[in-house]
Amino acid sequence: MLDLNIVIAGAAGEGIQTIGDVLTRSILELGYSVFTWTEYESRIRGGKSSYRIRVSEKMSNAPRHDADLLLVLNEQAREHYAGLLNKTGVTLAETGEDLQTVAVPFRSIAVEQCKSKLYANLVAAGALCMILQIEFSVLKQVLTRRFAAKGEEVVRLNLVAARAGYAAVQSVPHTQQLALETRDRAYSFLSAHAVIPLAAAYAGCRFITAYPMSPATGIITAFARDEELGVFVEQAEDEIAAINMAIGASYAGARAMIATSGGGFALMVEGVSLAGMTETPLVILIGQRPGPATGLPTRTAQEDLLFAIHAGHGEFPKAVLAPSDPQDAFAKTVRAFQLAAKYQIPVILLTDQYLADSYFSYDKFESENQPLTAHIADPQAISDYKRYRLTADGVSPRLYPGQSKHLVCADSDEHDEGGHITEDLAHMRPAMVQKRLTKRKQLQQAIALPAEIHLLDAETVLIGWGSTRGAIEEAVSQLRAKGTAMGAIHFTEIWPLPDYVFAGDKQYISVEGNATGQLSYLLAAEYGIHFSGTVRRSDGLPITADYIKKEIDDRV
Amino acid sequence: MIEFNDYKSEIENQWCPGCPNFGILTALKRALVSLGKEPHQVCLVSGIGQAAKLPHYLRCNLFNGLHGRAIPAAIGIHVANPTLTTIVTTGEGDCYGEGGNHFLHALRRNPDITVIVHNNEIYALTKGQGSPTTPRGEKTRLQFTGVEAAQAQMLSTAIIYECAFVARGFAGNMNHLSELFVSAIAHRGLSLVEVIQPCIIYGTRLVSWYRERVELLPADYDRRDRTAALETALAQGNRIPIGVLYEGPPRPLFAERYRKRMGEQPLAELPLIRQKTIAARLAPWNRNQ
Repeated sequence: MLDLNIVIAGAAGEGIQTIGDVLTRSILELGYSVFTWTEYESRIRGGKSSYRIRVSEKMSNAPRHDADLLLVLNEQAREHYAGLLNKTGVTLAETGEDLQTVAVPFRSIAVEQCKSKLYANLVAAGALCMILQIEFSVLKQVLTRRFAAKGEEVVRLNLVAARAGYAAVQSVPHTQQLALETRDRAYSFLSAHAVIPLAAAYAGCRFITAYPMSPATGIITAFARDEELGVFVEQAEDEIAAINMAIGASYAGARAMIATSGGGFALMVEGVSLAGMTETPLVILIGQRPGPATGLPTRTAQEDLLFAIHAGHGEFPKAVLAPSDPQDAFAKTVRAFQLAAKYQIPVILLTDQYLADSYFSYDKFESENQPLTAHIADPQAISDYKRYRLTADGVSPRLYPGQSKHLVCADSDEHDEGGHITEDLAHMRPAMVQKRLTKRKQLQQAIALPAEIHLLDAETVLIGWGSTRGAIEEAVSQLRAKGTAMGAIHFTEIWPLPDYVFAGDKQYISVEGNATGQLSYLLAAEYGIHFSGTVRRSDGLPITADYIKKEIDDRV
Repeated sequence: MIEFNDYKSEIENQWCPGCPNFGILTALKRALVSLGKEPHQVCLVSGIGQAAKLPHYLRCNLFNGLHGRAIPAAIGIHVANPTLTTIVTTGEGDCYGEGGNHFLHALRRNPDITVIVHNNEIYALTKGQGSPTTPRGEKTRLQFTGVEAAQAQMLSTAIIYECAFVARGFAGNMNHLSELFVSAIAHRGLSLVEVIQPCIIYGTRLVSWYRERVELLPADYDRRDRTAALETALAQGNRIPIGVLYEGPPRPLFAERYRKRMGEQPLAELPLIRQKTIAARLAPWNRNQ
């Protein structure tokens, strides 16, 4: 079964993105499942960055760090990434004489053929296609489409460069292992942050505000680019404005969301509490990156789980969901809007840079088909309207201002049923505290149980959350293939924690993209379970199956 | 027919007896009545402070949010339901201090809302600290040796930011203030009315000090002359002019382009997007894409 990992490495500004995109599209055209992820520095030119393309016959939507085919565009990249190469791997570089290297002088060919070394990346892309034995016609079609908007001359020069690169590859070591064929398959190729705006629009979202911040900027950009989604988009002056605008819009009846990363969310936190107090539905996306403070702006982490759960002064219900992949991100986004509307609460969606920037393949992408409920009351059916009417389940009928003659009063102060300031400590304050607690209990009952992977016969169980699902599943299946009784429990609906029973006869190992084990801390506190081991990663790179296996091996 | 009493709130008023805020409240009710607005067509938005309590004392829709954040909330409300008359009632600490950044960017955006700033030149609810508009040198209950920072001149800032309706009123001249509110609410785009509202408890000057100094802008004053308006707003004399300092040419409204595409109805009334629009974007990659 083919499982090929291609690494394209170079500096920002050398056109890695173009090589990666062009190659990915070409391979998708052949009918393979492709999984890509990128890692890069926070800079516009120079440095070290890479684009990883995992090609497989079955869907393998998880990252690999090793390389079967490594393209290095400069010497610094070669030094930095050479260690990734497998024993039988092949390097494509400007120079090199060993048996594992294919040498193609990208720059001089580009200058010779196109009068500019700017086309070196296309020379390299052509050479990669030749090594993978992709018909040039496939590459030609992809290139023509990609550059069509830039005019005929640009298309022509790119084709000249790619063809020259294609022709420059004379012989390839380990050719058989790298050869791709044409397959009769087609895949949806999507990232979580490409899917979330679609899911939000599907769920009725009409309003997004955000202040740009990696890795969440793509969310608001996607809404702005796709006007057919009909979502109002505003770049706020800061994150505080963003959350308060969204709360205002939601109070006035619009389904609203905001998107940021940990640092921006820190500025929003008072607003989270406002949504809790005013019982205003709101969906908040946090694309996590490593902190503290500015941290590593373009890298990945799972460091904000406890922050998200505890965000906001005072006590009020909120939900935290952490999707595992793009398909799950669609479902969780729709669910976030539904939970927010039903319980009139803020709901946080936790993603991360890895999930934001990685593209997954699906032979059939399941998008939610459930009926959507507005959770807005019928004003005709109400005679004396009070926004915070005390009810058995804690949820008050919601109207929006201007919907009818009923007046809608929302207050950040402790308030009475009508939404006006109160200092009635004997009756109203306890009743409102109880109202919010009752909603929390209702919400907790609605939270889904974690996914169980080969749990029944497992002796050792990996426990993770959010974007690590692919790596965990892959590690479990590889370890089981070697005879280890391994299983996993994976959380995507994390807060409030559901009523779940952990079997007492298993060893638990937590797997998290942070240094302190935030989920394991939470589970130990809530369920009293003991962890016999931890797999933690906080260097800014995603957790892979190999990383998990190595960490477990090192400790056992 | 809308009457003054339609806006009467049953909520107990927490302002100090004799506070000039009562004048602003009455002037606003009168303005809404004279514009023929019904309470359910009006949404008052506020943050925190004594001015921010006003929405509770006037029967209409209200969103009483966080300190300094009334303007962003009002922008969201206005976008979500443009059929509402959205009015921010705020103090100078709330609007120019805590929420200063939002104030500046709201001027740039030009949403069709009215911002009423109760300017008492002091932080009263927290018992007497300096505010952005406390005159330099004034001694307060925190700046014991006098305020060192310069007094914020936000009416001139608004003119510089091309706000097309900039006015100053006086809480002690209710009839004039009510007229200002009528014009401000009728104005399309962001309208700013800063109201002199001396604090009778923590203020450093008496109400009479202001009463002796305020004067209506002269009849021949040209409110369309931006340079002259800026000069008037910046003037530091013994006279304090009140009236519409500046009225500019119409500017593009915030969310205008979106509204042209989607219509003027509340966003909550828009139908859900068609499933096939979403499905098309999730479909498998094929050779014709």
